[in-house]
Amino acid sequence: MIDAIVRSEPFLLTLTIALYLLGGAIFRQTKVVLLHPTLLTAVAVIAFLLLLDIDYATYRESTQIIDFALGLAVVALGYLMYEQSECITRRELPVFAATLAGTIVGVLSVVLIAKAFGTERNIITSIAPKSVTVPIAIAVAEPRGGLVAVTSVVVFCTGILGSIFGPAVLSLFGVKDPMAKGFALGAASHGIGTARAIEIGAAEGAMAGLAMALTGVATAVLFPIVEKYLY
Amino acid sequence: MKGLFYILVCWVVGNALAMLVDGYVSGNIIGMLLLFFALKFKLFDAEEVRPVAKFLLGTMALFFVPFGVGVMVSYGEILNNTASIVTATIVSTIAVLVTAGWVFQLLNKQKR
Repeated sequence: MIDAIVRSEPFLLTLTIALYLLGGAIFRQTKVVLLHPTLLTAVAVIAFLLLLDIDYATYRESTQIIDFALGLAVVALGYLMYEQSECITRRELPVFAATLAGTIVGVLSVVLIAKAFGTERNIITSIAPKSVTVPIAIAVAEPRGGLVAVTSVVVFCTGILGSIFGPAVLSLFGVKDPMAKGFALGAASHGIGTARAIEIGAAEGAMAGLAMALTGVATAVLFPIVEKYLY
Repeated sequence: MKGLFYILVCWVVGNALAMLVDGYVSGNIIGMLLLFFALKFKLFDAEEVRPVAKFLLGTMALFFVPFGVGVMVSYGEILNNTASIVTATIVSTIAVLVTAGWVFQLLNKQKR
């Protein structure tokens, strides 16, 4: 009977949400970036599936509604951009120039380094949008043959990396302007970098959120060109 | 409900436009831009969109979980390319931080 329940339609979805709520509670208690709820939940789900010998395809099928919700959430990012567009006033030049420069450097450096290692095309596509928020990174990589699991892991690690070492790297290279710091954190490390920027200060946080949204859009628009001509 | 309807409309129109541009940019990203402009030009009431958008954005970390779980099938690809992925990620993250930070700081200073 237990087996029947486990394999019944809503079970895996319910389990995922239950583990996510638990992961969220652990994260809020410990405040350790590495114990991010997404990471904790994914690890726990994998352990559960392996233990009960349920394959990934079955899991994906029963959690399809989450894919749909992610699609909606990407569109909803438009609302976030709307809220943050106020910060652009009278700072159009630094904002757009830094978005463009950050995006081009971010995508090109990944592609060129991975190419130098002789990495296969589908892996390069999976990791190229590493600096942008997961939903956009997936929307960019998936239709072009990227492996979304690789994308999620790399994007997550980029977020952690930037949020832990970002502020130190920025001071090392002489970036002192609070807005520039926030912008750089959001441009390099999406939501996780933005969370770090918000901890540093309000100006940093607002700029990081803006950078995250704009870099996402710029990557979605520019990446297909890079993909077509560079590898 | 209206807010959800607005978001869905943007997505549907975004998908239609994505077909026109041959999938150059995916429909949900075009939908995001449509929602932004519709709010900016006051075609949609931001108050209606806010609760739905806040819910979706606040729960977004949950929506990535199934992709993360995908590691159980594609871990081999990651392990086979560890050196490349790790080097590219670290170098590129530093490059983006420094480029975006410098460009912003330089132009923000000139402005004042």
